[in-house]
Amino acid sequence: MGQVIVRDYDIPADDFLSAGEASSAVRNLLIQLGVAPDRIKRTAIAMYEAEINAVIHGHGGKAHVEIKSDRITIVISDEGPGIEDLELAMQEGYSTAPDSIREMGFGAGMGLPNMKKNADELVIDTAKGKGTVVTITVYL
Amino acid sequence: MEQYFHSVTLDKDKCRGCTNCIKHCPTQAIRVRNGKAVIIKERCIDCGECIRICPYHAKKAVTDPFDSINDFEYRIAMPAPSLYGQFGPAYTRERILKGLLGIGFDHVFEVARAAEIVTMATSKYLKNPDIKKPVISSACPAIVRLIQIRFPSLIDRFLKIKSPMEIAAVLARNEAIEKGIPPEKIGVFFISPCAAKVTSVKAPYENLKSEVDRVLAIKDIYVPLLEQMKKQKTADDAKFGISGSVGVSWAGTGGESSALKEGRYIAVHGIKNVISIFEETVKDGFEDIDFIEALACPEGCLGGPLVAENPFVAKTNLRIEAERAPSGIRQAPLGDDKQYIWESTVEYRPILKLDDDMFKAMEKMQKMDEISEELPGLDCGACGAPSCRALAEDIVRGNAQLTDCIFKLREKVDELESK
Repeated sequence: MGQVIVRDYDIPADDFLSAGEASSAVRNLLIQLGVAPDRIKRTAIAMYEAEINAVIHGHGGKAHVEIKSDRITIVISDEGPGIEDLELAMQEGYSTAPDSIREMGFGAGMGLPNMKKNADELVIDTAKGKGTVVTITVYL
Repeated sequence: MEQYFHSVTLDKDKCRGCTNCIKHCPTQAIRVRNGKAVIIKERCIDCGECIRICPYHAKKAVTDPFDSINDFEYRIAMPAPSLYGQFGPAYTRERILKGLLGIGFDHVFEVARAAEIVTMATSKYLKNPDIKKPVISSACPAIVRLIQIRFPSLIDRFLKIKSPMEIAAVLARNEAIEKGIPPEKIGVFFISPCAAKVTSVKAPYENLKSEVDRVLAIKDIYVPLLEQMKKQKTADDAKFGISGSVGVSWAGTGGESSALKEGRYIAVHGIKNVISIFEETVKDGFEDIDFIEALACPEGCLGGPLVAENPFVAKTNLRIEAERAPSGIRQAPLGDDKQYIWESTVEYRPILKLDDDMFKAMEKMQKMDEISEELPGLDCGACGAPSCRALAEDIVRGNAQLTDCIFKLREKVDELESK
């Protein structure tokens, strides 16, 4: 079998209005595939948080999505500053977003915790100065 | 009852097979086949976008004819509050309600009164700490159906309170029965700006059976009502208008939510705007928002496909009427909560899925990807589908073929000629 649906999206830098378009597109694909609503919801939330993070912190980036019959894997990568202290960043409410971003309603320090909560697997590959690669897996 | 009854239908003789409607349908429910538009019934949510957009007026909403009032001996008119916005300032709410009695109704019951009951019930509902927020208004039937098809994860956010129309119908009927009128002689007529309400009466989502007997279009009673009002004396000898400014204001956008006073709310109107707010709600959560009032028509019910007046003019008329009305809420609340809570549930309708079997759905999606690669990507609509991607989907579903695309057809002709 080995069916795979593949999609690639660009995540534009500093564009909060179009941020989230990739996760909307993926959500619509999952609806067409007949995936259960709670899985769709979890995928959409986790992917959106990663997308927004790439916009806020990573100067934009790329999303690579692979859908198989039993899982969806989303890889969001950016070439931003990287996460200095990942353990701290995983804590709810911890944020390094500047005030200007917070005023827009983002940067509440819930991004990574929300990803963790909604993904079945979450792998974060990051180093200071080297960018961040977030891999989200949700079982379908 | 038919499984997919729809008020919105096509007048084949008027349809020229252009691409205006297919491009504007929010659920991609229309195709042009053999030179005429076809509505895919399972997908249609009765939002009325196609009625508004069609330059040839080939899309129409089926309602009950005005002479259907003869089906009953005791006729109750239930005007939607948007009726008050249809006439200029000289035609006050009192004149309009009295006019309804003049054109053949025996009694009037303002839906605005029930809207006030819903407002009070909503305030109470939002205070429950266990409900998931934001709560989404369920008064607009097109929005309810949109969520059922496109936003399954928002189904648990619906305000599970019956619509003002349904609540009004029960109260109006009970009033008549108390007067001693035999139930079988009573006919409850909703005077509607809305096509989706017609569908709701045939197939309600909040009730097992609708309490409304007939739905009349505002535009169908507009002329007789106006003539009647001109004939009648302006001096008010009876007080028909009972609801306060809150109920009257429900007709316009922001009317439902602004009456809630407490909390943060979003009032969004126009189906495309609603879709973008729902997209955000799914991803972002909007947990700091208490309530979303979402109406499919531009300017809310005042912009419904069955109205007679331009919605922006109607908005001004309605504002004047709301200022004239006693301020706030005038209707008494219902004693028993059970009287307004939904009796049935609304479920996800996964009609957009490509196949019941996920393996097959994936195969079809891959096939769609391959076909999309071949198509020009202009989304011209000449094939009868709203976009190249939609044509690819139609092909995979077995409802169209590649040569429906005029570019692919030309390629094929060129190929045959060169042989």
